[in-house]
Amino acid sequence: MLGYILKRLISLAISLIVASVVIFVVVEIAPGDPASFMLGINAQPDTVAALRTELGLDQSKLDRYLSWVSGMLTGDFGTSYTYRTPVSQMIADRMWVSLPLALYALTLSTLIAFPAGIFAAARRGGAGDLAVTGATQLGVAIPNFWFAMMLVLIFAINLRWFSAGGFPGWDKGFWGGMKALTLPAIALALPQAAILTRVMRSSLLDILGEDFMRTARAKGLSSRQALWRHGLRNALIPVLTIIGLQFAFLLAGAIIIEQVFFLPGLGRLIFQAITQRDLIVVESVVMLLVFAVIVVNFLVDLAYAAVDPRLRTRT
Amino acid sequence: MSRNLILGGLLTSVFVIAALLSFVWTPDSVEAMNIANRLKAPSADNLLGTDHFGRDILSMLMVGARTSIAVALVAVGIGMGLGVPLGLAAAARRGGMLDEVIMRMNDLIFAFPSLVIAILITAVFGPSATNAIIAIGIFNIPVFARITRGAALSLWKREFIMAAQVAGKTRTRISVEHILPNVANLLIVQGTIQFSLGILAEAGLSYVGLGAQPPIPSWGRMLADAQTMVSLAPHVALIPGLTIVAMVLGLNLLGDGLRDALDPRLKVVRA
Repeated sequence: MLGYILKRLISLAISLIVASVVIFVVVEIAPGDPASFMLGINAQPDTVAALRTELGLDQSKLDRYLSWVSGMLTGDFGTSYTYRTPVSQMIADRMWVSLPLALYALTLSTLIAFPAGIFAAARRGGAGDLAVTGATQLGVAIPNFWFAMMLVLIFAINLRWFSAGGFPGWDKGFWGGMKALTLPAIALALPQAAILTRVMRSSLLDILGEDFMRTARAKGLSSRQALWRHGLRNALIPVLTIIGLQFAFLLAGAIIIEQVFFLPGLGRLIFQAITQRDLIVVESVVMLLVFAVIVVNFLVDLAYAAVDPRLRTRT
Repeated sequence: MSRNLILGGLLTSVFVIAALLSFVWTPDSVEAMNIANRLKAPSADNLLGTDHFGRDILSMLMVGARTSIAVALVAVGIGMGLGVPLGLAAAARRGGMLDEVIMRMNDLIFAFPSLVIAILITAVFGPSATNAIIAIGIFNIPVFARITRGAALSLWKREFIMAAQVAGKTRTRISVEHILPNVANLLIVQGTIQFSLGILAEAGLSYVGLGAQPPIPSWGRMLADAQTMVSLAPHVALIPGLTIVAMVLGLNLLGDGLRDALDPRLKVVRA
């Protein structure tokens, strides 16, 4: 197990280094100099040069890459070109919206998908199964941002149960914050719940055909008892992998959903930064999202190997 | 033919025909604004109503279908064009240096959520339909590389491939002449699925302003414009949204139907 962890750690480090190089290079080849952009077209050349020095833009590319990376390792993401505030501070503020939103959505999608998947698998081919499978077809076809607009139309504009957007801040109370995140989380969870339901259902159906399930039935368990005692536990492994992968999609999907609800999360930060050509913010937020995805996948792999020793020997 | 195949095929053809038809005819101009006639509900004059500039929504949707289909189709083309050769090459020398490099690169692209790639690309090069295509296309490459490699690996163990090897064919020729035709069905099914994901991704990108730029109509853009009008005239948000759902649903059903029709083994399992 230790050797396996070490191997995975090395590959984790390589992934992170390559990802950071790719992001840095892509942003480097961006047309337009941030300093000239900030000062406008009428700026004097020496003012631009002074600002370039101040922002560190006159150093060599390698130096700037190294200082960007070593800064990030110590939690220093640089200084926003536009606001002159530390990027790490801006990210930390926005994180308190995006992260709870993604976790909220993940919880909802799991709470929907588990019962729905078990329900459908237990009634394979029946009316209940058809209804659930049909609903998942619809779930993956609905764009979540449009679903979000419809939720606003129904629950915010017509019924007035929720506000149409905005975020009061956690300091105004936990429940107020949760309430503001409820419609966005439902919208975000919809397609994920549909996918997870399908995985749950097909994984259970695979398990139901296994020999040990037949043994469980043969020793006298009813099909329902066999499903709950032996089927579920074994069906969970692929489901957990998908949940791990979904976390990444939820963080990214939150970027669009935040736009619908005017939530001050990472998504709005990144769009603001794009329009203001605040490239250091774009660079750092993208790196952070990619970092989150890579680390979550790494943890899922480890959890997998801890549960199933056979996987440790595979590459 | 299965119900999925017929229903999916019909839905998909409706949109493809509407998109093609829009090159020569639309019920109304998509550029002419008629503010006096704005936000009208569906009627005999405008079958699906008008938007906030008084433009005919049906005409906008027809031209928008062009954008969606073009972006998704080219993105699938990029994914297949690069992903399939990479997957074939990786499988031809299993465990070799090339296989290792290709698979690691694939893992890396998978680590970037597609939307994040799109944002990075558009942040750097500016928003446009072309950049949306590139962003969606890049994400398609590892998808096709992975499934091609997986299917090719199991084919390499089969007798007819060994026979071809014994006959002296090179690995490249075997990949092109024997492996590729045998993974084609799989690629068609996966292509349909990626096509529908591409339609959704394009809608999402143009919704946040990173896709096709005005005045080119696109479904996502129409929804973005509709957002502030939704309480005044719900149909401006409802109709383009349902259009996207119908198109994506159609493609997914078509994909399922094709998979059942093209892969006899699956039929046996389901029977």
